[in-house]
Amino acid sequence: MKARKRKNTAVHIVLLLGVVIMVTPFVWMILTAFKTQGEAIHVPVIIFPSELRLDAFRDVFERLPFAQAYINTIISALATIAAQLIMCSMAGYAFGRIRFPGRDLIFVISLSVLMIPSTLFILPQYLIIQKMKLLNTLPALFIPNLFSAFGTFLMRQFYMSLPKELEEAAKLDGCNHFMIYLRIMTPLVKPGLTALAIITLRLAWNDLMWPMVVNTSTKKMTLSAVLANLTGQYSTTYPTLMAGSLMAILPMIILFAIFQRQFIEGIAITGTKG
Amino acid sequence: MVETDHRASQGLKAAAGNILFWDSRGSETVCCGPEEYISFLQTIQRICLLCICERSFHKIFMSKNNQVKHKTPGYQKKEWFWGYLMIAPVTIGLAVFYIYPFFLTFYNSFLKIGSFNVSSWGGLTNYQKLLTDASMWNTLKNTVRYVVFTIPAILFLALLIAVLLNVKIRGKAVYRVLYFLPYVTMAAAISMVWKWMFNGDYGLINYVLGIFGIEGRRWLTDTATAPYAIILVSIWSGIGYNMIILLAGIQGISTTYYEAARIDGASAVDMFFRITLPLVTPTLFFLLVTDLISAFQIFDTIYMMIGKNTVVLENTQSIVMYFYRNAFELKQKGYASAIAMLLFVLIMIITLIQMALQKKWVNYD
Repeated sequence: MKARKRKNTAVHIVLLLGVVIMVTPFVWMILTAFKTQGEAIHVPVIIFPSELRLDAFRDVFERLPFAQAYINTIISALATIAAQLIMCSMAGYAFGRIRFPGRDLIFVISLSVLMIPSTLFILPQYLIIQKMKLLNTLPALFIPNLFSAFGTFLMRQFYMSLPKELEEAAKLDGCNHFMIYLRIMTPLVKPGLTALAIITLRLAWNDLMWPMVVNTSTKKMTLSAVLANLTGQYSTTYPTLMAGSLMAILPMIILFAIFQRQFIEGIAITGTKG
Repeated sequence: MVETDHRASQGLKAAAGNILFWDSRGSETVCCGPEEYISFLQTIQRICLLCICERSFHKIFMSKNNQVKHKTPGYQKKEWFWGYLMIAPVTIGLAVFYIYPFFLTFYNSFLKIGSFNVSSWGGLTNYQKLLTDASMWNTLKNTVRYVVFTIPAILFLALLIAVLLNVKIRGKAVYRVLYFLPYVTMAAAISMVWKWMFNGDYGLINYVLGIFGIEGRRWLTDTATAPYAIILVSIWSGIGYNMIILLAGIQGISTTYYEAARIDGASAVDMFFRITLPLVTPTLFFLLVTDLISAFQIFDTIYMMIGKNTVVLENTQSIVMYFYRNAFELKQKGYASAIAMLLFVLIMIITLIQMALQKKWVNYD
């Protein structure tokens, strides 16, 4: 018993040491955000701000289109999630449960997109958006991301796992495939939809290169692009930089926690038959 | 005791559910923490890889036999209609925004840009330039260095933490969340804090080193240290995701193995090397493949931490960073496309080598 306790203490020590390294950047970000520039660049380093100043946060909103960037990021993420949930689930259902000529060939071709690094798409995508005269607009941020091979594959796996009896009865009642998809199957794959929403959210919120390339007007930028601009162009104070970073990641951290819980609940409800 | 039995059945179920979704989800309802979603993700990605690599071609040929089976022709036509209609949005979108761009990049890589931005057929000039461009070779060297240093470190540390988190201790869920935190946060924001911490004059890192009597450096503007600063940040960001997936892999190992080993008097170290490590090799393989693909495409961290106009650019920029500069700053569409093609070929070759080598070390029971 005693040996086990000692062993557990050792495990805790190693893990805590790791946690310190994992968490330090976040803590440092928060601490710096509340400092004055003078405190931030003081030598030797001052760890804690003398008082909780919100100047840096105000600075972020006043000097930058940060509120606009929030709105842009949220709209872009929501549009991407909504489109992927609808289109990927529909295609996933069709690929998984309907037989039609060429289905598997089309599926494999679609999946091959997953094997190609995204670097190969970005330049032509930019040229397409340019041709559509959509550069520096909100839709430019999300149009290519509306279509997802991964999402289609994910949803197909969920629909395929459902028992065949479910659709047989509906077919006898004269339901067409779209009705079966909408009314019967989709309510049963909620965990899949939740998972897809979470994965998409993370990618849409954090993406850097595409929003940076496609929208150069500051009013149409996402949070990540605003941050990238912030470091590059004019000399901004460190507290402002950290306040901006903190506000860019905060919604994601909060939302992620919420989505986790929903995900677990979703599994618990539909997984009872498993 | 009840708990052990419960865990055992859970482990078996999870192992069996590695291929079937319904089962794996069933088993995941029991535990808590962020790893349900991750282990489940892992399953998907593994199936995805398997599907791409092994089954897809087999399936194409199989489908022809399946179609002959049943239903009257009229009904079948109706089914076809719904099938095509429902896949249309995604497949058309993928064709326009992904498949066509892939071929366009391939085509563009043969174009050369003349005066007034008019492009003309240049044959292999871009590829010849790739071979003779010193910056390109530096870029390649930098990228390989990132990959070689980050991936073993990430896998080792992630495995260590996963094994430690598999010990019955308090506060597991909290540890998991904290280690996982970098994965959900924006790389651009995270890189900015690290840049601030690496600052030569006011940075936290030099301050802490100073406490221990070590003299700090200007890490990010020194050609000797800048690449390693980026490697450190990459390791830091990569541990969480790998750890969560490895933990799910370890928890999927049946406890009966460990019980049998314990009866035989095996030590914890023995059990790790004889049971855990061999049985977690499929997960390690999966991570190795996916980590390599993403490590070869490192961009955000370098772009944010190093920037474009510094002395260390030649020593730090990755393939994707070089691509980005050529494509969008220098407007060298053709040359940028050739760089992208090179990246594609590199990743394909490395993935294929791994597929071939996996038989040598990956243990599929």
